[in-house]
Amino acid sequence: MPTVYIDGIEVQLAEGERANGIQAAERAGIEIPHYCWHPGLTVVASCRMCLVETGTRDPQSGEVKMLPKLVPACQTPAGDNTVFVTNSDKVKQARSIVEEDLLIRHPIDCPICDKAGECDLQDYHFKYGQDERRADVRPFTSRRRDVGDTVTLFVDRCVMCTRCVRFTREISGTSELFVAHRGSHEEIEVFPGYPLDNKMAGNVVDLCPVGALGDKDFLYRQRVWMMKAHDGVCTGCSTGCSIEVEENQDTVYRLKPRENPHINEWWMCDEGRYGFHHVHSDRRLTNVERIEDGETVLLEWTQVLPEIDERFRQAGRLGAALSPHLTVEEAYLLAKYVRSIDPEAVVVLGPVPVEGQDESFKNGFTIRAEKCPNRRGVEEVVRHFSDGVPTLEELIANVEAGVVQAAWISGGYKNDWIDDAKAERLAPVSCLVVQDLFGSPLLDRARYRLPGAAFAERAGSYVNHVDRLQSVDWAIRPPAGVRVEGGVYWQLLQGQRMFKARGVLEEVAREIPFFAAAANEVGPLGVDLKAGSAVEKAVTG
Amino acid sequence: MKSDHPDVKWIEEPKLGLAGKMYLPLFVQGLTTTTKHLFSRKVTVDYPEVRPKIDNPLIYRGVHRLNKDAEGRVKCVACFLCATACPAHCIDIVGIESPWPDREKYPQSFTIDELRCIYCGMCEEACPVDAIELTSLFDLTGRSREEMIFDKEKLLSVYDQTKDAEPMMSDSLGGTL
Repeated sequence: MPTVYIDGIEVQLAEGERANGIQAAERAGIEIPHYCWHPGLTVVASCRMCLVETGTRDPQSGEVKMLPKLVPACQTPAGDNTVFVTNSDKVKQARSIVEEDLLIRHPIDCPICDKAGECDLQDYHFKYGQDERRADVRPFTSRRRDVGDTVTLFVDRCVMCTRCVRFTREISGTSELFVAHRGSHEEIEVFPGYPLDNKMAGNVVDLCPVGALGDKDFLYRQRVWMMKAHDGVCTGCSTGCSIEVEENQDTVYRLKPRENPHINEWWMCDEGRYGFHHVHSDRRLTNVERIEDGETVLLEWTQVLPEIDERFRQAGRLGAALSPHLTVEEAYLLAKYVRSIDPEAVVVLGPVPVEGQDESFKNGFTIRAEKCPNRRGVEEVVRHFSDGVPTLEELIANVEAGVVQAAWISGGYKNDWIDDAKAERLAPVSCLVVQDLFGSPLLDRARYRLPGAAFAERAGSYVNHVDRLQSVDWAIRPPAGVRVEGGVYWQLLQGQRMFKARGVLEEVAREIPFFAAAANEVGPLGVDLKAGSAVEKAVTG
Repeated sequence: MKSDHPDVKWIEEPKLGLAGKMYLPLFVQGLTTTTKHLFSRKVTVDYPEVRPKIDNPLIYRGVHRLNKDAEGRVKCVACFLCATACPAHCIDIVGIESPWPDREKYPQSFTIDELRCIYCGMCEEACPVDAIELTSLFDLTGRSREEMIFDKEKLLSVYDQTKDAEPMMSDSLGGTL
């Protein structure tokens, strides 16, 4: 196995593994500062921040031969017997010179810069920079211009790392951004009439190591140190990107991609990134209501659940539509609940929203047409309870045949999901319970209207289009009056103590073979259910 | 910390001297102090008829004000540093893009809950543009809790009220005028 020496620490690389100096040092727990290098982009070695000393060690004699000059660690492969020195005076001096150079004309507007607090330039200045500013230039403001509808450029804050330019060329493949002018006049620019408007444009803001590129959706709304980041899963489409939900006092301010080599690498699309505003919409349902003879009666959760339970027990044949926006745990609990009352209950998969076509980018990142996070997971839960995967049509057919007397329809969709005609066909159900985020034709016909939770409020697991299961915890509390589906179903099932998604998932993994791989701890990157079942087959076979 | 901790230093109670044992001399000594204060200059005032004198209003920590710049605009740039520094979490700011070319952002709303505030002056310390300052107004009253939540207009009016008596932190004090 190749051995790399970083500041005297031995690091073992796997056979045939490609790593540069920065990655090898990271393995040893040593940080090499860098701006232009990013693991997802090509190497340009232009910022010179990662300069280190390097050499080779003779394995026989143990003698180390160092190169006389400094080399960029991002461009230096870490092979067998490579030696890196990252803490010598020469290296430290080189870093402080780079920092000083970058800061000569950098505006000192950290207090109003949105990047402050997560800015590499700021952090590196404190760690590696010089104590005193020798330049007498003290600019305070930065020129600003929009490069697209969602992204704005603070020209003077830029350190010319060109990560954004490489992103548009290598990842999105749209090449909107380029470097205009030369030398100290260099600026990031777009061509007139060709703004940065691709569907992955938001990533350049995350990539920017300084505050040069700003997200207009987030600009000035919150300081980064005031927010807490929670691991989450994007529910915009069936890709199910790993994300971070950043919130402060139960308000989500932004979503950012979370590195996951199995799904989204470092990226996410703008559709998902800006697709959280419905969480704080004024139109959200917050009242528990019963409609009786055209009259609306406001109820409390403590009243409504026993009431529904009683009606369900008297109703006869039950039906339940599990929305693909539910988590695996929630879908399982709801199906289990209706089946515990009526062992023949009709359990179906709710409508799966599909918009347009799958959209792929140069690096293979795909925005799926299926605009829900958990079709696969709910499908498998439904398959466990029914023969095949019946859809809402089947439930409607049962209603029209006069079989189903009471039904629980879960929604949670961002957009309109059911039309008048379909809703009318479900209307004959004597006890129709609809749990949704927003009003809909079906809600108008419901006997019980229950407000549902949005994605950031749910705890549970989602299964994406390639059967990778990711478990997340809730990021914010639901608005007053709303209760999260998981807790509601748990209470209906007379569950002891509180709803804990992990415990339910363990039960699901025991009951449904498809989820067997989730029986053990699910890490932040999720588990591949296909691989898990393959392993199990090999064991049992 | 336990009583046998090495950092705990045990000391003996001082022994009573002769005067202490006789009781009376110390009694007289105490009574002398009391009598002295009866005839010396009084430090209390008949508030509110008489206003107490504040030695240096520039460093007194009373009601906040939001300073205005030379053009009468609010000086604050909505950087949230005061809200970050505030140990009582009494400052709430909503930042928005500014309509002026020389300024990136400014506060759309700026509220301080004067009842929650502990008047520590950390906001003043943190402010990079000397926009928030504590004045020497100390007798703050209101009829309701809501009234005591000062908004931007109210805080700016405190500035108008106090700017002559208490000029803004000048350059000589490290201010950014």
